Parts: sequence; structure tokens; C-alpha cells
Amino acid sequence: MTTRTTDPIPSAYLIRGAAVLGGDVQDVLVRDGVVAAVGAAATAEAPSDAGTVDAEGLIALPGMVDLHTHLREPGREDAETVETGSRAAALGGFTAVHAMANSSPVADTAGVVEQVYRLGLASGWVEVRPVGAVTAGLGGERLAELGAMAESRAAVRVFSDDGICVHDPVLMRRALEYVKAFDGVIAQHAQEPRLTEGAQMNEGEVSAVLGLAGWPAVAEESIIARDVLLTQHVGSRLHVCHVSTAGSVEIIRWAKARGIDVTAEVTPHHLLLTDELVRSYDPVYKVNPPLRTSDDVHALRAALADGTIDVIGTDHAPHPSEHKECEWAQAAMGMTGLETALSVVQHTMVETGLLDWEGFARVTSTGPARIGRLGHQGRPIAAGEPANLILVDPAARWTVDPSTMATKGRNSPFRGLELPGSVRATFYAGHPTVLDGRLASPRPASGTPATEGAAAWNP
Amino acid sequence: MKHLLSTQDLSARNALRLLDVAEEMAAVGEREIKKLPALRGRTVVNLFYEDSTRTRISFEAAAKRLSADVINFAVKGSSVSKGESLKDTAQTLEAMSADAVVIRHPASGAPARLAASGWIDAAVVNAGDGTHEHPTQALLDAFTLRRHWAGLGGMPSAGSTLAGMKVLIVGDVLHSRVARSNVWLLTTLGAEVLLAGPPTLLPVGIASWPCTVFYDLDDALAQRPDAVMMLRLQAERMNAAFFPSTREYSRRWGFDDGRLALLDTMGLDDTVIMHPGPMNRGLEISSAAADSPRSTVLAQVRNGVSVRMAALYLLLSGDPHDEHDDETDDPTALILEGRTL
Repeated sequence: MTTRTTDPIPSAYLIRGAAVLGGDVQDVLVRDGVVAAVGAAATAEAPSDAGTVDAEGLIALPGMVDLHTHLREPGREDAETVETGSRAAALGGFTAVHAMANSSPVADTAGVVEQVYRLGLASGWVEVRPVGAVTAGLGGERLAELGAMAESRAAVRVFSDDGICVHDPVLMRRALEYVKAFDGVIAQHAQEPRLTEGAQMNEGEVSAVLGLAGWPAVAEESIIARDVLLTQHVGSRLHVCHVSTAGSVEIIRWAKARGIDVTAEVTPHHLLLTDELVRSYDPVYKVNPPLRTSDDVHALRAALADGTIDVIGTDHAPHPSEHKECEWAQAAMGMTGLETALSVVQHTMVETGLLDWEGFARVTSTGPARIGRLGHQGRPIAAGEPANLILVDPAARWTVDPSTMATKGRNSPFRGLELPGSVRATFYAGHPTVLDGRLASPRPASGTPATEGAAAWNP
Repeated sequence: MKHLLSTQDLSARNALRLLDVAEEMAAVGEREIKKLPALRGRTVVNLFYEDSTRTRISFEAAAKRLSADVINFAVKGSSVSKGESLKDTAQTLEAMSADAVVIRHPASGAPARLAASGWIDAAVVNAGDGTHEHPTQALLDAFTLRRHWAGLGGMPSAGSTLAGMKVLIVGDVLHSRVARSNVWLLTTLGAEVLLAGPPTLLPVGIASWPCTVFYDLDDALAQRPDAVMMLRLQAERMNAAFFPSTREYSRRWGFDDGRLALLDTMGLDDTVIMHPGPMNRGLEISSAAADSPRSTVLAQVRNGVSVRMAALYLLLSGDPHDEHDDETDDPTALILEGRTL
């Protein structure tokens, strides 16, 4: 891809010859934050000073939306900041990320979610949507001020204690009921706490040999089973974070067949990696929920393909090196994922024939935007739509090198792996944050955020 | 062999080499001057993150009998309790030119981490890591068993295997690094391994292990084992609802006087009783069993020094061929000819 511009920031971009959703090759004109025209009209209407992007061989997709990102700010700016995390997101092909609530202080008040929201606007690389905590301080004892966060300028719709399970069934029931008032969703980290005390890795053949305390699949599945029944009982909306087991897939499939309003996400790493990697005792493979078996991996892929699992969520979790350069038991859980998500999903789902690029857009963009109620994200690439889109080179091959990433985290489990696919350009609200595969410039903070319509959008 | 981290990745050839060299080392222990100059000028650090006087002094005696300089680095009361990381400690030992680090650590995999991290070049010997492995314990158990088995067959111990032997391991397999190391090593050496214990103390995933599992100790004893190894019941398991009470545990899975008598009734005159120590007398093993002529408890302790000498010697003496498992390399001969045996 080559980009030609006459002005440092042109008012319009003509994308030449992109395969839209992997289908017909079209020109796309981006102007004033929207897709102004597609096809012959785009070429005809392009102003003479428009920047041009040669997209021959590239696929145009809606910008990816991550429902599950840890940006660590406020509190752990040594691990990541909104600025560095959203740079990583833009490079990874995202135009929106949901920042998880387990910051310090916890995002459990309107004040904290508005702070994160403003940091996102100031950074300008992607849309940063704060996730609100379900319980005050992630303490699992009383509800956080969900309504205040929903009504704040951050317009929070996704609530989660991610990292910790809302395990008290009464509290979970109340949370599910309460968020109905503002069309919110509870994103549950499904982990029965007593069954996972001290848990270090998937419980099975490998943990038996390694002598590491097991994290049994049933600890995830029993919570999901309980929560889908609660969701049905109170008529609310549940999202299951990072589904990791074949059994969880079966329960969610059952719940959907009964008409329960449940959605589910899977991480890229759970689509590719297994607990065999733990044999190295290298904590770069330590994550929660843990890497499972290859049977689980294949069940997760099939579930994502057939729609039982709705979306990809990266669970991007950067950690400073000292939290990984230590004994397994003392290491932090989590892996980076923003800059590898597209490639891992292409590798595991597209190149295996399980998903086409339309399906890719469904699980990485349309689906998560609908769950998070982001009306202007995950839209078709058509005239009049908000210009949140990316250009992807599906033929590219690259070797993962964490030291060159934009995230502060160096804890990528894909280090050294050759992966397909590369993001060549990212347009966030019409502004190119990434061009030629490199960071271009952030979207100016002065503009009206392209996010105000979020609450009003009806899917 | 660059490191000794586990028995699961120990080849039969390297295992036999260790045991054969240990036989030579045992001969040194019977001499009036129990010392070889083999590791003169080399530094062995005993890096112990857990209290274990027995294992530590066994390694210390082994290193000293090989004339190595020994530094004991007990972590309680040292800078580690102030939060120094394993990485910093390892780099400190590296800066002090440690040739071998014998590490005991409560975290499974800590020795493997030390060996693979690049923080230190020294040979790493796993002296017990969490609930993972305790390879030198399994080697001393195998050494003890091999002497017994070879003796019954009227064979020299050196060079022989455990083929045909049936070994029963009883107790808390879930949390036992001794059990794991023994399962892999004894099967590598040709023995058949049986496990018995309460289902709560057998790991999920055990079905893929190369052994037969019994929930009933008497059913297991009916298989006529040649050795019964009783595992220590850790105090912290007793209050964690793995079993109803220590008395029930003792009745069902303890090697008590009744089971000791049963061996006689069954005519199992040559069956030995093993325990890695320290023993909970009256709990997993009765005093009569522990003190009976069948008991190998003290022989195990004695053999521990020989096995650890062999491990340190083979790791530190260069032994350039062993990574390729060279048939012609005979470390026993090396000791006999090149050194001072």
C-alpha cells in the first residue's frame, strides 16, 4: 500500500481498489468522518486534494471493536496507559476498545469512567469506552453506582468485575435486573472462586504432571450455567467474557436455543494455544482463564464459526516485565493481544475456512459494537456510514516481536510465531490513525466525539 | 546433562549412568577418608527457599566429599524475605561464579525457570520444587530398590535395572513431588508402579500416567508388590477436607501393624517398606513397620549422599558426550582411571 497526500491531513481520502469485506473491489471515499461514497461514485466525487490510498490486494473491513481491553490507567501506568494502549489498538486494526474496570482506583464511579473516557478522547487513536465495575471496588459485596456511570458522559453500557467473578448469586441477580433500566449488559468473568483457590493452570493431564494447582473447567461452566438461568429468570442481558472450555460452549448453545439473551466472547489466545505450553513453566503462558486443551480450542473455533460464541475479545493484559520474569506461581496472569488479534483470528478462523471475511467482521466489529451499544461502530462500508474502517493485507506474513510493539507490555505468548495478515490502515471516524502499517496521527481531540449517538442507537 | 530438573525428561541411559556412578561414590563413603578431589575449586550453592535440613545436609555432604566449596543460602532471614526476586538472586550467584545451584523451592517449576531463563550459567539441580518433582529423592529410592532387587537375583547392582519389580506408592500423590519423580524414574528403569490413595489426593489427569491406580490399599497389596513406599502426609492437608479425619486416613491408607503382618501371611518375605522421611509415626506408617527389618528408611538416607555425589559429579565434571547419549562414554571408568578412586 502506498499513500499519497498533498496536505499533512487532507479532508478526504480516496481508497482505491479495496476488496470490501473480501468481496468486490471498490473505491471508497472517506470525507468529514463518514464514508461519502463507494464504487464509481467515490472516484467521481473525490476532491482534487484528497489523499489517495492504493489498496490493491487489501481488504476493507469495519474497524475492529474490542469488548475486553486492560488499559491499566489510572493506577498502573508502568504497565500501560490509555495513550500507549490505544496506539496498540489502532495498529491492531481497532477503532474502539472497552477499557476494563480493574484500574486503581476502580472504575466504579462516574468520576473514574469519565476520566478514562476523556483520556481516550485526548489520545485520539481509537474510541475508548470505559467498562464500569459491577460492584464497588470489585469487592463483590454491593453494587457500584451503575446508573451514574450509565448517565455520565462516558455513557457506560458494559459493566464487569473482570478479573473477579461476581459469584454471589443474589448480587449477580440484582446487577442483571438493575442494568435493564438503561439497556446495560453484565459481562461476567465466570470463575467459581472456591473451586479455583490458588489455581495456576488448566486442571488436567498437564497440571497433574507439572504439579501446578488446577483450574478446572467446571469452575467456569457452573457459573455460566447459573448465570444464563438467572438471566432468563429476570429477563436481562448477559455477556460471558473469555469463554475457554468446550463445556461452556455447550451451555451457551443450550441457553441461546432457549432464547436467553446471552452473548459470549473468546480470546485469540484461546483459539490457538493450549496448556501444553505450560510445560516450559514460562509465565508468558500464564493467563486467566488458563490455556486449555486442544479439544477445547477446536470447540471454541467451531462455536465462533457457528455463532454460539459471538465475538472476539482480546483480554489484552499488559504487565511490567518483573511480573513475568519470576516463578510461575508468583507471576501475574495475562497476555497482550491488541496487536496480534487480527493475525491470530485470520490464522485460526479464516485460513482454516471456518470464517470468511464477512464472518471476521461479524465477530470482530459488528458483534461487539452491538453488545456494547456503539451505534456508529461496526457499520457497513456504505455511503453515509461513519468511517470506522481498516485496510488489511491478508497475504502479509510477519514474525511476532514483542519488543517492537506499541503496547508497553512485552508479554506476548505469540513471540517468535509467524502469523498472517497485517493492518495497513485504520480510519477512526474518518481520520487515518494508521497509514502504511505505521501510526500516522491521532484524531484531533477538538472535534466532536463520534460517540454521542451511542445510547440512541437501536440495533 | 547440563541440569537435573526432573526425572520425566531423564533418559534410561542417563538414569543408569547416575545410579552406576552413585555405586562408585558409595564405595568412597565406606573408606576411611571419605573424600575425592573431583570438584576441587568448584562452587556449589545450596539455595533453599524451604526448610529442609535433611536434603540440605545430604547435598552439603555430597559436595564436600567431592571437595567442592559449598555455600548455603537459606532464604529465610536473607534478602529474599525482603522481596528479592529469583532473577536477582540468580544473577547475584552468577556474579559470584557459582558452578552449580542446588535449589529447593516451594513453587513448582522454579528450577526449570532458573535453568531456562538465562539469568545464570550454572548447572541447576532440583532439590524439590513445589508439588512437581524431587529427582534426587527418586534416584536414591531407585538406587535403594536396585540394590535390593539385584541382591535378590544374586546380581551386581551396577548395570542392572528394575525390570520385573513391582513398586506400590501410597498416600498423597496429588501434592507429592516424591511420587511424581518416582513414577517416571521407576517406570523408566523397568519397574511396574502401582499407586494407592484417597481419590481426593490423586490428581485429575492421573489416568494417563504409566501406572495402575487403587483406591483401596489392601487391593493394592493383593497385587504382591516387591516394595511399598509410604508418602508423608503433610500437616496442611489434614485440615483441608481431603479426608474426614487422620484416624480414618490411617485406617484406610496407613501402613499399620495389621498390614505389616499381612505381608508375612502372604509370604512376601522380600517386600521392603520405604519412606522418604520425615515420618509421621502412627499416621501413614506404624512404628513397628518403620522399625522392622523390611524398612529401608535409613538405607535411603545413606544412599542419598551417594546419589547426590553422582549428580554433582556428572553435572560439573564436563562429561562432554552425555547429551548425545554416547554409548561408549563410561563415567565410571572416567572416575576410576582419571581421578583418584
